[in-house]
Amino acid sequence: MALPNKPKGELKAVRDPEVVEKEVDILIVGGGMAACGTAFEIKKWASDDTKILLCDKASMDRSGAVAQGLSAINTYIGDNSPEDYVRMVRNDLMGIVREDLIFDLGNHVDDSVHLFEEWGLPIWKKTDDGKNLDGKKGLKQGSLKSGAAPVRTGKWQIMINGESYKRIVAEAAKLALGEDNILERVFIVELLLDANKENQIAGAVGISVRENKVYIIKCKTMMVACGGAVNIYQPRSVGEGKGRAWYPVWNAGSTYTMCMKVGAELSMMENRFTPARFKDGYGPVGAWFLLFKAKTLNGLGEPYASSDAAAAELEKYAPYGTAAITPTCLRNHLMLFEMKEGRGPITMDTVTALAELGKTMSKKELKHLESEAWEDFLDMTCGQANLWCATNTEPEKKTSEIMPTEPYLLGSHSGCCGLWTSGPDFDWVPESYKIKAANGKIYNRMTTVDGLFTAGDGVGCSGHKFSSGSHAEGRMTAKCMVRYCRDNADFTPVLAQSNQELVDMVYKPVHVYLDNCDLTTAADINPNYLKPDGMAMRLMKATHEYGAGTATFYQTSSKSLEVIMDLLQTMREDCEKLAAGDLHELMRCWEILHRIWTVEAHLRHIQFRKETRYPGFYYQSDYPGQDDENWFCFVNSKYDPKAKTWDIKKQDYIKIISD
Amino acid sequence: MPSYVLQEKCDGCKGGDKTACMYICPNDLMVLEPNEMKAYNQEPDQCWECFSCVKICPTQAIEVRGYSDFVPLGSSIMPMLGTEDVMWTCKFRNGLIKRFKFPIRTTPEGAANAYPELKGKDLDSELLSTEEADGMTLKVPTELA
Repeated sequence: MALPNKPKGELKAVRDPEVVEKEVDILIVGGGMAACGTAFEIKKWASDDTKILLCDKASMDRSGAVAQGLSAINTYIGDNSPEDYVRMVRNDLMGIVREDLIFDLGNHVDDSVHLFEEWGLPIWKKTDDGKNLDGKKGLKQGSLKSGAAPVRTGKWQIMINGESYKRIVAEAAKLALGEDNILERVFIVELLLDANKENQIAGAVGISVRENKVYIIKCKTMMVACGGAVNIYQPRSVGEGKGRAWYPVWNAGSTYTMCMKVGAELSMMENRFTPARFKDGYGPVGAWFLLFKAKTLNGLGEPYASSDAAAAELEKYAPYGTAAITPTCLRNHLMLFEMKEGRGPITMDTVTALAELGKTMSKKELKHLESEAWEDFLDMTCGQANLWCATNTEPEKKTSEIMPTEPYLLGSHSGCCGLWTSGPDFDWVPESYKIKAANGKIYNRMTTVDGLFTAGDGVGCSGHKFSSGSHAEGRMTAKCMVRYCRDNADFTPVLAQSNQELVDMVYKPVHVYLDNCDLTTAADINPNYLKPDGMAMRLMKATHEYGAGTATFYQTSSKSLEVIMDLLQTMREDCEKLAAGDLHELMRCWEILHRIWTVEAHLRHIQFRKETRYPGFYYQSDYPGQDDENWFCFVNSKYDPKAKTWDIKKQDYIKIISD
Repeated sequence: MPSYVLQEKCDGCKGGDKTACMYICPNDLMVLEPNEMKAYNQEPDQCWECFSCVKICPTQAIEVRGYSDFVPLGSSIMPMLGTEDVMWTCKFRNGLIKRFKFPIRTTPEGAANAYPELKGKDLDSELLSTEEADGMTLKVPTELA
């Protein structure tokens, strides 16, 4: 018998946590690339008496999507034009994007990359005779800012030695903001509206995952950037390997859920990303395609993506499918077609690619090339390197399988779901892309809730920002928040809820646990509550089977969507009985709540959009194919926190940049 | 690939002000068992195999074992993080060993220029602080639809 009924974690939760109240001018929620950008920039504009606080669920040195490192910076404009950047993003995302946000980001992203290099991030350089130098040897070429040439793998990507990318960026952020203004291991779980001023953000409530403390923080303005949503669909690996998500496993949809629950409008939540990656290890494929020029083969050894049949299929999705660079979703679409026809598995032909490159290279150069291939994994997906070791895979001798992953929701990579935000207040930006605050002014990247900003994965309709763009966008919000504070100097936030009400809400899973845990002999099996890991599996089973997961080759139907809406309803009801015996479990309880809401938004959008805009990412079987006549528009949704109802609508797309 | 802690090598960072692995894990997995003063991974199926705990451990007490659901036993990859480079030792299941060394940063730790003295001038423009200091002009789209 498993007595005594001891919580699993070491940091046991208590019924009455300590309450810590704080009142600041500006609150930064998150600690990833975007939030580090905000932290770096904000004091350059704020007066010395402005109170600023940043809360990170983890430790800034290794938090967010770049925690493990990266082997490339995927957005560096350099000699390209912001117009071409817009065209690339627009084509990859099948035409419907916010061109104002993308162009605007294109103006600023390089400044962040130049800072990264100044701070010490090693960036590869091209020599005058066309050779590649790593970030250390390349120093003698000078900096990007001074005109040195980066090593481009594609038109937009540059190679780096990025193991410590996040540590370097976090170092500058912490130095700029000051350690006293940063709370690590504080997980903000709900945002709070002002008691008096309609539609105005006034604060947030969160938990410490180290001490029994509830933080109640009032603020005038806030930036929320907590990444995208991961482990919302059953992963292909369901044992220990479910931690090997492609995107960071700790991204719980918190950005979308927290903002939507105070009434912020969402946009393009139907968009998702199901990257094709090396099977199981989910190592990056970009360098293999772009740097090593490798091809993918079907099970018969055919380069299916360059076949006549593939060209004919892509023709159906013109002009996107016939563009020079095939959109990511359509590359998946072609791969899925082979798999469904029984011509799997799909492999990356690393052997031929390296042999071809070897023909024109010296032994030393070839050795260096091999090292680059390994670094690509070791810098950002260490586990893939180990999988190669465990399966005795030397890429020059043995090919590797690739596979589309489970779906992810995000706004900064090759996806574009997120919040509907204001564009900048320029003449060239259409009026319908500007959101006016109560004072009639326009603040770049503000959501439809006054004073609430977002960046990175949070900003919808403008994918392909990646790490550098997210940092730059975080910096942009910093300036706008300071401006918002100046313009609303007389505003004093007042919360509608009492401290006790907030504590009872945030610590409810602990109370449920303590009230019921003595009933049974095993703490995890109890008729009066559910542990968060069980609810996580329930969510993933439902999305897997009905919500266009891998079980159905990413297909759903109107009927399936009806079924899962019912399942989500009972899940939300049962979440009232989530139980946490320790602080780690309490964090997991709030994460699963965030995931469920985010998934609901995703599926409501898919239900509303009666076409299949992103074949390869998902298919609505009742509405196959694209319907430009009716659906060449954004889909926006808004949850009304008072009435507890959803409103979902079409929003006009406006083309700004020519073809 | 969940991380695991070697009984003999872990001392719970008792000489330091914080338990290093617990401090760094982005997913709050590494915890200290206070009676034994040893750390462990409390939720191995939520490990992203980011190696942050392995890299930070002052006694090299943390390693990783491949995910049981798809990684055969017998291989290992181990980083040694220096101030300028990282050294990786990759051991194959068949015994083959490969070693790699990559740069990680080009400035001394703690030396990132946070521009503490820089103050922006025009709060109403859309220029970022360093862009304003450089005298940059924002581009306006010219190739219009």
